[in-house]
Amino acid sequence: MAAISDNTAARVVPPVSLAAPVVSGALRTGGLSRLERTGLVLLLALACALPLLVTDYRLFQATMTLIYAIVLFGLTILTGYSGQISLGHGAFYALGAYTTAILIARLGMPYWATLPIAGAVCMVVGFLFGRPALRLQGHYLALATFALAVATPQFLKHKSLQGWTGGVQGITLEKPSAPFGLPMTPDAWLYLLTLFVAVVMFVLGRNLLKGRIGRALLAIRDHPTAASAMGVNISLYKSLAFAVSALFTGVAGGLGAIVVQFVAPDSFHPLLSILFLVGAVIGGLSSWWGPLFGAMFIQFVPNFAEDLSKSAPWAIYGVLMILSVFLLKKGIAGALEGGWRRLTRSRRSSSPTAGAPTSGTTPSSETP
Amino acid sequence: MKRRTLIVSASAATGLAALPHLAFAQKKYAPGITDDEIKFGQTGPLSGPASAYGTIGRVQTAYFKMLNEQGGVNGRKLNLVVQDDGYSPPKTVEQVRRLVERDEVAFIFNILGTAPNVAVRKYLNERKIPQLFTAAGASTFGDHKNWPWTIVLQPSYQAEARIYVEYLKKTKPDAKIALLTGNDDAGKDYVEGVKHALGPDSVKKHIVAEATFESTDPNTDSQVLALRGSGADTLIVHGVSKWASMTIRKVYDIGWKPTFILTATATSVSGVLEPAGLEKATGLITSYYLKDPNDPQWANDKGFQDWLAFMKKYYPSGSTGDQLNVYGYTMAQALVQTLKQCKDDLSRENIMKQAANLDVELPMLLPGIRIKTGPNDYFGVEAQRMMRFNGKTWELFGDLIGQN
Repeated sequence: MAAISDNTAARVVPPVSLAAPVVSGALRTGGLSRLERTGLVLLLALACALPLLVTDYRLFQATMTLIYAIVLFGLTILTGYSGQISLGHGAFYALGAYTTAILIARLGMPYWATLPIAGAVCMVVGFLFGRPALRLQGHYLALATFALAVATPQFLKHKSLQGWTGGVQGITLEKPSAPFGLPMTPDAWLYLLTLFVAVVMFVLGRNLLKGRIGRALLAIRDHPTAASAMGVNISLYKSLAFAVSALFTGVAGGLGAIVVQFVAPDSFHPLLSILFLVGAVIGGLSSWWGPLFGAMFIQFVPNFAEDLSKSAPWAIYGVLMILSVFLLKKGIAGALEGGWRRLTRSRRSSSPTAGAPTSGTTPSSETP
Repeated sequence: MKRRTLIVSASAATGLAALPHLAFAQKKYAPGITDDEIKFGQTGPLSGPASAYGTIGRVQTAYFKMLNEQGGVNGRKLNLVVQDDGYSPPKTVEQVRRLVERDEVAFIFNILGTAPNVAVRKYLNERKIPQLFTAAGASTFGDHKNWPWTIVLQPSYQAEARIYVEYLKKTKPDAKIALLTGNDDAGKDYVEGVKHALGPDSVKKHIVAEATFESTDPNTDSQVLALRGSGADTLIVHGVSKWASMTIRKVYDIGWKPTFILTATATSVSGVLEPAGLEKATGLITSYYLKDPNDPQWANDKGFQDWLAFMKKYYPSGSTGDQLNVYGYTMAQALVQTLKQCKDDLSRENIMKQAANLDVELPMLLPGIRIKTGPNDYFGVEAQRMMRFNGKTWELFGDLIGQN
């Protein structure tokens, strides 16, 4: 069938969904302004130079942050774009990690070659899980995915798989050193590799959502009946979103296994899935930057909370979480973007229409 | 001029050699160690699902505080840096790297959990940093050939299971054994330990029935009935809190009188046996290596009284009924012994060497039990004492089982 054009989708789809105002405007499908582009280039340059500036321990933390950012980007596609909630992404993260670990440790594959396979395995499993599960709506889907997260650690400990998974004691991996005799520490190399993969995944994801698939997903999220009437195959697109989201998570899981050099069932406690969702929401489902901020939240806030109080770190964590939900209603990225927009608007306040409110309009209507 | 210097320094050297304190000239310090301080690190679950175990790090911090007030070890204060890993191995890796690379600790002490310890073992061994006394009993942590920088003191579940089998071989060579275990890692370890100790040929002969329970089961009635129906005369039960109580009660209520072995995981008098009914628990057999703080027989024991006094003064928020606080205390004392033996050579090599050169009885170990390690023996406690419940307390009987 023909793709739905921007305008028809915009006209047909009224902004009824609760999630719509949150996401609208932010996951803009249009191009970047010159300012944004300059900022992006600067940021990327800084990211590439990071190994020269910080210690290996900090680089390890930065690498983990990037890995979580890839997961959260996958979740944003699912939750921000197609409006489905998953509490089971820890399971895909585990699947990706174990795929990589088993390929390296048991089959002797080079580590870099395992990443596409980890992603592909997760994509297929995500699609197969998605087909039946996505008939479930809202809460029920969340519960079904949570079941996946709860079952995974026990599944990994199962006797019949022990030869492959190493049971409770997991699999320990070698740390890859920099190729071609490049003069850098293994940590610096892994950081740059992760940065490269993260950028590739972001660009791929953005291009995917910019086009037909992205528009179809938004239409489904905002008004499934109308989208269906337009000829969008709802269950196919939903499963596809789930599969792509799982793909991102799987690649991140594979990277995680390589960077941590270890996988075990205890690494993938059901809580991990919940932390992923927390990170996605707090980072901001409505922005391309959201996953990065969310990943920082996952990585650094527990450490920060622990520094404040050794006796009750999770109480502090909880307070910080409630505060962010109350104060930053569109997540960290949303708040920053809002602040930025207000700043630029006050500078050119001459035109009252320049800063038209973004809420209430669908993303597709806002973009050319 | 040159010659005079030579003579002076030569005579100075001979003079020094004559002094008894030559050792001072050979002070060797790992990172994190100075003349006044020994800094070392630990990760544990201060938060998250396993946070009940967080008390181990807390009781040890309290113990070192007391020790420091008394002057420390060889004049150095002990500074334990505890970081939260939430029992998640990736977080353990991050926190241990922080401890080693940022805080620059001398060594790592008593990390909780099998997976967290495995996760950092390679990293620590590659850097030759001692990973002392893993708070996880898996037998892989005593593998001194492959992992010379990792050592374990506590006996594993499998070692405990082996002790029951040895006991049965001596006292009841024709035992028909029924096993009831939780469907979790510990339960699987016990089953494997029993089967391994029996040997592949005798497993079929001796084990007549096996059953497991889930933490979601309301009780173990059906399992107990099925096991009794198998004709077993010996029952080994992996004790897990209330399921242990219910099993004890059910076995008694249906009039079954097997040789009843209850694993050390649920031997608390107040927590498990009292709820079951003390008369119903009479005759139970178990084995252990630490003194149970709930057991009244230790009320007048010097080691127990010292522990209690320490708990009240330095860790008042900790539970005096919690075995983990005895465990953490004992591991801290084993570390102090190790560091005492190091004297002024506090290089990582020597710390590891002394950790693998222990032979000590500690106040909260059961009488007769020693922590004994050697260059080819990275398992600290291997022997245990058998105990029988006499209706009031656990009564030690028989000799040590297993080699010390």
